[in-house]
Amino acid sequence: MLRLLFCFALLFSLVGCSGTSSQGSKHLHSHPLPANFDQEAENYVLFKVNSAQISEEGIQKLERQVKWLKRYRYINIIIAGHCDERGTREFNLALGSKRANIVKYYLVASGISDSRISTVSYGKERPVVLGSTPKIWAQNRRSVIILN
Amino acid sequence: MNKILALYLLCCICIFQSNALTRVDITKSHASPLPIAMADFKGPVSIFSNIHKIVKSDLESTGLFRMISKDAYIENPSIDTIPTFQSWRQLNSTILLVGKIEKVDSYYRICFKIWDVFSQKEIANQEYKKVLPGNLRKVSHAIADEVYQKLTGEKPYFNTKISYVSLKKNKDQSESRNIAMMDQDGFNHRYLTNDKDIVITPRFSPNAQSLLYLSYKNGLDPHVYTLNTKTKVSRLLGDFSGMSYSPRYIDGLNVLLAVSKKGVSNIYRLNMKNMEKKQMTSCSSICTSPSVSPDKKQIVFNSDMGGSRQIYVMNTDGKDMERISFNEGQYSSPLWSPRGDLIAFTKMLPGKGFFIGVMRPDGSRERLITRGWLVDSVSWAPNGRVLMFEKEKGPGKGKYIYTIDITGHNEKRLKTPGQASDPSWSRNFE
Repeated sequence: MLRLLFCFALLFSLVGCSGTSSQGSKHLHSHPLPANFDQEAENYVLFKVNSAQISEEGIQKLERQVKWLKRYRYINIIIAGHCDERGTREFNLALGSKRANIVKYYLVASGISDSRISTVSYGKERPVVLGSTPKIWAQNRRSVIILN
Repeated sequence: MNKILALYLLCCICIFQSNALTRVDITKSHASPLPIAMADFKGPVSIFSNIHKIVKSDLESTGLFRMISKDAYIENPSIDTIPTFQSWRQLNSTILLVGKIEKVDSYYRICFKIWDVFSQKEIANQEYKKVLPGNLRKVSHAIADEVYQKLTGEKPYFNTKISYVSLKKNKDQSESRNIAMMDQDGFNHRYLTNDKDIVITPRFSPNAQSLLYLSYKNGLDPHVYTLNTKTKVSRLLGDFSGMSYSPRYIDGLNVLLAVSKKGVSNIYRLNMKNMEKKQMTSCSSICTSPSVSPDKKQIVFNSDMGGSRQIYVMNTDGKDMERISFNEGQYSSPLWSPRGDLIAFTKMLPGKGFFIGVMRPDGSRERLITRGWLVDSVSWAPNGRVLMFEKEKGPGKGKYIYTIDITGHNEKRLKTPGQASDPSWSRNFE
């Protein structure tokens, strides 16, 4: 996790440099950096209550992620499956695992190498958004792609 | 169903004369607790005062007994004389505890008797010969155990332990979780882990010397670990690829757990001595939360194999699987009672919230015991009469552990230093 943060910090400083140096900017365009993953592809898909099925909207997001991942073949990813707090602990660990893996299947079926992808389930133990409203629960039923 | 519930709720305390002795029938719920009396034990006053406090607290915590105030006592009989039963009957006391404490070298010798005030018979006479000062609390629980057992006919549980996950909010709003352990009445509290990573679902071994729990501490996937409650040393259990979770002991040697590979969860049995593992289910979706029956013949578990979360039972060899939950809602977290007669579970009813309930192993006689904005992680008292579970009263109100009688009465919050979840009640009767 720390390494990931460090990586982002490093990238941020590089992006900062690019504004002042045209050479650096060119370099960034020829080997674009993972920092633009979130903007270009969005790093998550959401799920309905009790479900690990990918919605139409989810498929559109995954298609953008596939495109992005095909462009940056040197990047490995972790897919983390999450659930909202309105469930039981053990079943939600299993459901989180199902949500992470369904996304992995989609990516692999779309041509992303199996070896680039790891999965993990956090069940309801590590919600992305804190709070207790139906809107927040919907945000927490997700699979998140983390650049590794 | 409603009729059964109504019957349970309307029944009042039932004191019956069995073999001419006072008994309290705890299969029925109760309107008022049974009055009992405990005369001053002869000997060191401060020692007795502590013993009295513990015995009173244990017995009153069940909701079945009420210790009559000492101010009302007319006499203070010694252990060697026969009490004036008439004077205790006037106080409505059903039993009378008498005793003495002697200091012998660095030990205490503690003797006590229980008199049945109505039949005027001695129903217990016990002696603890060499009690070290550090064991006085244990002996006090044992005295309360004796009263409980004699009056209810049920196995007692005052000398048991609780393990749970202690939740602490850090200054930066992050949450740290650690496994803690304490006596059933909240004393001797101590922490067993000091991890930065998430820990959940501690479960006692049959002798309470170790725990199984889940931690994210190594690698990406969380795994089941064993934890020695004395040395606090933890060790990875088995070599499962994927996520291992949802552990439960079968006995001191064998455990059940769930393993999730590629998003598919199945139940495994693991022999901890030779590390031999056996896959018990072949689910294509989720099979989890296994728990063995006390006769070790059947396993109850949770699955969505039929489309919704339901409870299933199968033989220990994996055969004769059948679904046992059929009422409205989604079922989770089943746990077989140590008596074998009931299976406790969590139920989610859309629009109504979360419930803790019990049903028979064939799925009949489902009864909802308590509800909450969120309730889960049920654990049984070793005698199968009391349930312990975690509950959040409402959004942001925090998780705490509660106990409740299986009749649905006497719901109480367990004393913990902070927020608490994932309780496990030890089996041992020391």
